[in-house]
Amino acid sequence: MSQRILEHPVLGKIEEKNSVTFTFNNETYQGLENESIAAALLANGIRTLRHHEESGAPRGIYCNIGHCFECRVTVNGQQGVRACLTPLKEGMVVESGGQLPTTVRDWRNNHA
Amino acid sequence: MHDVIIIGAGPAGLSAAITCAKNGLSVFVMDEYLKPGGRLLGQLYEQPDGSWWNGVNESSRLYDQALDLGVHVQLHTPVNNIEKTDTEWVIYTEGETYYTKHLLLATGAAESPVPVPGWTLPGVMSVGAAQVMTNVHRVKPGERGVIIGVNALSSAIAMELKLAGIDVACMTLPKLSQVTDHAAQPKTVLDSLLHVSHMAPSQFVRLGSKLMKNDFMKKLGVTFYPKNGVKMWDIPIQLRKAVVEIYGDGQVEGITLANVDTNGEVVPGSEKKVPCDFVCIAGGLYPLTELAAVAGCPFYLIDELGGYVPLHNERMETSLDGLYVAGNITGIEGAKVAIAQGETAGLTIAQNSGVDGLDREIEESIQAIEQTRNNAYIQFHPHVKKGKRLLQEQWEEYVALSDKNVPNQYV
Repeated sequence: MSQRILEHPVLGKIEEKNSVTFTFNNETYQGLENESIAAALLANGIRTLRHHEESGAPRGIYCNIGHCFECRVTVNGQQGVRACLTPLKEGMVVESGGQLPTTVRDWRNNHA
Repeated sequence: MHDVIIIGAGPAGLSAAITCAKNGLSVFVMDEYLKPGGRLLGQLYEQPDGSWWNGVNESSRLYDQALDLGVHVQLHTPVNNIEKTDTEWVIYTEGETYYTKHLLLATGAAESPVPVPGWTLPGVMSVGAAQVMTNVHRVKPGERGVIIGVNALSSAIAMELKLAGIDVACMTLPKLSQVTDHAAQPKTVLDSLLHVSHMAPSQFVRLGSKLMKNDFMKKLGVTFYPKNGVKMWDIPIQLRKAVVEIYGDGQVEGITLANVDTNGEVVPGSEKKVPCDFVCIAGGLYPLTELAAVAGCPFYLIDELGGYVPLHNERMETSLDGLYVAGNITGIEGAKVAIAQGETAGLTIAQNSGVDGLDREIEESIQAIEQTRNNAYIQFHPHVKKGKRLLQEQWEEYVALSDKNVPNQYV
């Protein structure tokens, strides 16, 4: 279980921030206002942010600074939002994407 | 309309913004991240004088100074495209479109991925991701990690993880393959490791850097490199082992480590499991140059600078009118060099905007970059200066061709 680094020998105490409530896949969690959604989820021990659209394999953060798009989630109904770049707000509804139908391949599997 | 738009609120972009604003220009800085500072944010290391270089503090210092000077900084703004019309640059973002005469690209660097079997499992991340989680967001990436890839960046971050109380089981190499290539060859890695050796408390590594000046000695060094590795900040560094696979059911549970010979080939039957709950992949940094590419800048592949870099001169001007570059987009170096480059870019932009009497200041700022480079504590590539010289030669060739009015390859 990942957790917050409250005290740091050089960086000192963690910055005081408001606590906010948000949901991820219909479960309720607490996070710190304006931290990234990715950080809030990791602090809650959540690593799987989505399942791959084609293979269904679980995926989490990779680059954490917006380059790789591995952490894309749905935020308040908007798809493809990068969790690592998006500040957490009170009442946010975050959902992970899942496997999508691959019609041609599925058809072939069933008819081969 | 602003006199200058700067893409990237890292050390280069902010220092350029400060310099432009001091010279009376109106400045607009945009960045897609949620905090200003760029890659500087995560940095944390002890300097030779015993003080700490704290990226979070340095970032807010630059940011506050920019704001005090009236710079407009807009975060959460990804730029999709840039384009030159007859008279100005057009910057397309996810929201609005902006226009300016002078555009500075200070987009920084990105990390090269190293595909290792199992690397898409949740819990596997780039080493920079672990750094940002730890030092900026103050959330542990996990309890016990393994770092794949031994280089200046990963060595520094391994130490930062330790500092935050996170266990690093070991630093090691990826298994040799077509894609991992140099990063998996113990000799090449030792070469880069020797370059950060002054940071290492380990006698082996420190002594090694003095002894292993030539290739023969390095080969010898790898041959006699202890099978169980050496320790740096109490972290075992395994150059004679390699990660065959990252395993786990739904998330990282560990890595499979095997012995390798001096050429990086796996010794069959030597596989061993190392439990961990996160894995960092350290493939090194490369300049983030897409916007310079869509703008039409000529590019050169210069390994010493970390990859493809857009053609530019010492004044940080590209070959395109009104387009400038500063920071890691010009080659991988430390934040202090980026800050110095930002100053030069800012002064050049001010001069090109009509501010008089800056010749000497620009000259001095160019020398300051060189000085900062010479004093750099962490050098990402041992031959950065050679890389800079190669690019400068390309620029001179380019100018010579343009002066003769010869239609050339760039037009």
